[in-house]
Amino acid sequence: MAHGIIHSHLPRVLVVRPPESFSLYQSQYSHKFHFLKAWETSLTLDQFLSTHARNVQAMLSCGISPIKADLLCHLPSLRLVVTPSSGLNHIDLSECRRRGVAVAYAGSVASCDVADLAVGLLIDVLRKISVADRYVKQGLGASKTSYPIPLGSKLKGKRIGIIGLGSIGQEVATRLEAFGCSISYNSRKQKPSFSYPFYSSVFELATNSDALVICCGLSDQTHHLINKEVLLALGKEGVIINVGRGAIIDEKEMVQCLVQGDIGGAGLDVFENEPNVPKELFALDNVVLSPHRAAFTHETLASMRELAVGNLEAFFLNKPLLSQVMDN
Amino acid sequence: MAHNDGDDVHAHAHAHLHHQPQDLPQVLVIRPPLSFSNFQSQYSHKFQFLKAWESPLPLDQFLTTRANSVQAMLSTVSYPVTACVLCLLPSLRLIVTPSAGLNHIDFDECRSRGIRVANAGNLNSEDVADVAVGLLIDLLRKISAADRYVRQGLWASTGDYPLGSKLGGKRVGIVGLGSIGLEVAKRLEAFGCIILYNSRKEKPFVSYPFYSNVVELAANSDALVICCELNDQTRHMIDKEVMLALGKKGVLINVGRGAILDEKVMVWCLVQGEIGGAGLDVFENEPDVPKELFALDNVVLSPHQASLTSESSKALCELLVANLEAFFSNKPLISPVMND
Repeated sequence: MAHGIIHSHLPRVLVVRPPESFSLYQSQYSHKFHFLKAWETSLTLDQFLSTHARNVQAMLSCGISPIKADLLCHLPSLRLVVTPSSGLNHIDLSECRRRGVAVAYAGSVASCDVADLAVGLLIDVLRKISVADRYVKQGLGASKTSYPIPLGSKLKGKRIGIIGLGSIGQEVATRLEAFGCSISYNSRKQKPSFSYPFYSSVFELATNSDALVICCGLSDQTHHLINKEVLLALGKEGVIINVGRGAIIDEKEMVQCLVQGDIGGAGLDVFENEPNVPKELFALDNVVLSPHRAAFTHETLASMRELAVGNLEAFFLNKPLLSQVMDN
Repeated sequence: MAHNDGDDVHAHAHAHLHHQPQDLPQVLVIRPPLSFSNFQSQYSHKFQFLKAWESPLPLDQFLTTRANSVQAMLSTVSYPVTACVLCLLPSLRLIVTPSAGLNHIDFDECRSRGIRVANAGNLNSEDVADVAVGLLIDLLRKISAADRYVRQGLWASTGDYPLGSKLGGKRVGIVGLGSIGLEVAKRLEAFGCIILYNSRKEKPFVSYPFYSNVVELAANSDALVICCELNDQTRHMIDKEVMLALGKKGVLINVGRGAILDEKVMVWCLVQGEIGGAGLDVFENEPDVPKELFALDNVVLSPHQASLTSESSKALCELLVANLEAFFSNKPLISPVMND
C-alpha cells in the first residue's frame, strides 16, 4: 500500500525475477513505470502478489522463469506479459490466451547476434580455435616440426543442415553461404520463398549433412528432436551446433556420442539444465561450450530493453503492441 | 652368344637402374615443411628428396658436396632461403614453397640468379579468411574466454558471463586487399560489417572505402584485420601510432606475418589496455609467443594454422608436385610467382 501511494501516478509493472541488466531498466525508465520488484521483499511470492499485485495489468518477465497457470492465477488483472527474450518456451501461451493476456517478445531483435555466435561456434569447432588457444597458452605452441593438435577441416563445401528456418536460421544460412557452405533445412513447414533443399525428416537431414545447426524454439514437437538416431546419422565427422534450447537435443545421448566418438564435435550455447553443463564435456577438445550468451551483446540487450519498454508504453497508451506474439 | 648374354645383362642392369632413386629428379629439402610426410609417402617414386637435415654434415658442406647439380628445392616457411644459401646452389632453377607468403625467400637474389619461385597461390586464401573471421567473432563475442569459464565450473558457481559486442555495424579495416583480404571482406559483409581497407594501391573494382594511410584506417575502424604479405614496406607497419589510433575498444587480427606488427609494442598495448583485444595466428619469432599474452582473456592465440586444413594440406602437396613435374618436363609452372 505504501508503495502504491508514492508512485500511484505511474503505471505499475510486476517483475517477479529481474531480467539481465535490470538496473538499466530502473535507471532509464523509473520515471515512466513503477516496477513492483517481487524478489526484493521478505514476503513469499504468493503473499507479495496478493498484497501488491491484484490490480497489476502488466508484467515484465526475466526471460527464463516459468509463467504458467500457478503464477497467472494470482494476477486477476493481468493483461500483458512482456518478455525481453525471443524464446517463449517459459510461457504457457495457451493459458495466457485463455485468460486474455497478450504476450509481447523480442521478435527477431537478437537473431543476428544468435546467428553470429552459431557461426562462430561452427568455425571454432571445425578449425579448432579455442583448443589451439588453450594449447598455446599452456606453452605448447607449434614447434617447427609438428603441431600439438590435429589439422582442422575446411568450411567451404560443408553441407549444413539448419533446423528451424525462422529468423535465426535464415541469418545463419546467409552467413554460411558467404563461406561457401551449402545449406539445407528442416522446419515445421517448407518455406517456398527459399531455394534451399527442404527435408521433412530430421534424420534424413542429418544423414545428408556435415553439420547441424539448431535454430528452432523448444516446444512439445521439438523436445529431444535430436535423439540418438539423428546423432548417429550425423556421424563420426559430423558437428552439432545448438543455439536454440538445450532440451531440443537428448543431452545424455549427445554426451555419450561425443565421448565415444560417434559424432565429430559440438558447439553448445544452451543446455538442458543451465547453468549445469555435463562435466564429461570439459575434457573434450572437440567441444566448445558457451554459457547461454548467444543473444547477449551490449547492443542487443539495449535493443531488447527498448523494445520491451516500447511494448509496455504502447499497452498503457492503448496503442497496438510493437511485437505481439501471434497465434499460428 | 657371349655378346648377347652381355647385352642382356647390360640391358637388365639398365632397366634395374631406371627405377633407382638416383635417376629420379632431385629435389633439395633443407628443413622439412610440416606436410613433408605427405610428400615422402606419396611422391618418393617421382622425386629423389635430398634431405639435408638428416645428414651429419653441416649444411654448407652438405650443399657443396651433395647439392651441386640440384635444380629444384622444396622450401619451408621456417627456414629462410637467403643469398648465402643460394650461392651454394649453382644449379638451382626452381624453389617451390608450401605457402602464399614469400618473405622467407630472398626474392631479389632469386631474380638475379634466374631462379623461379612457385608458391601456394590462392589455394589457402579461403581457409585463412575463415580463421581471421573466426578469431574476430571469438574476440567480439568472447567465445574462447567463455569456454574456459564454463570448463572451470564458473558458470554454475559464479554466474553469468560478461556481455560481448555485436558484429553488425562494426567497421572492419582490412590491411591488404589481396586474395585473403577479399575473402575476409566477403564473409564479414554477410555479418553486416562495414568494410574499409588499405592496400599498396587502391583497387578500382571494389566499392569499399580506401585509406592510403594505415593510421587513418585504424582511426576509422573498430577492428583491423592484417592480411598483407611481409616485405620491406610492411615490416612493423602496425606500430604504436596505428595501435593507439585503433583505440581501447579496437581489436587487432593478424593472419599475415608476425613482423607486420611491432610485437613488443602490441604486447605493451594489450597489457596496458590501449587496445581492446587481439587474435593472432602469426608471431615475430615463431614458435615463440610472448608469455605476457597467455593470461589475457581478450587475446586469442593460434599456432600459425590459419592456412592448414586437412583438405588444403593434401591439395597443396598436389599443387607443389604439379609445379615440380612441370618444371622437370620443361612445361610452364602451374603457380609461378610473378614479378610485380
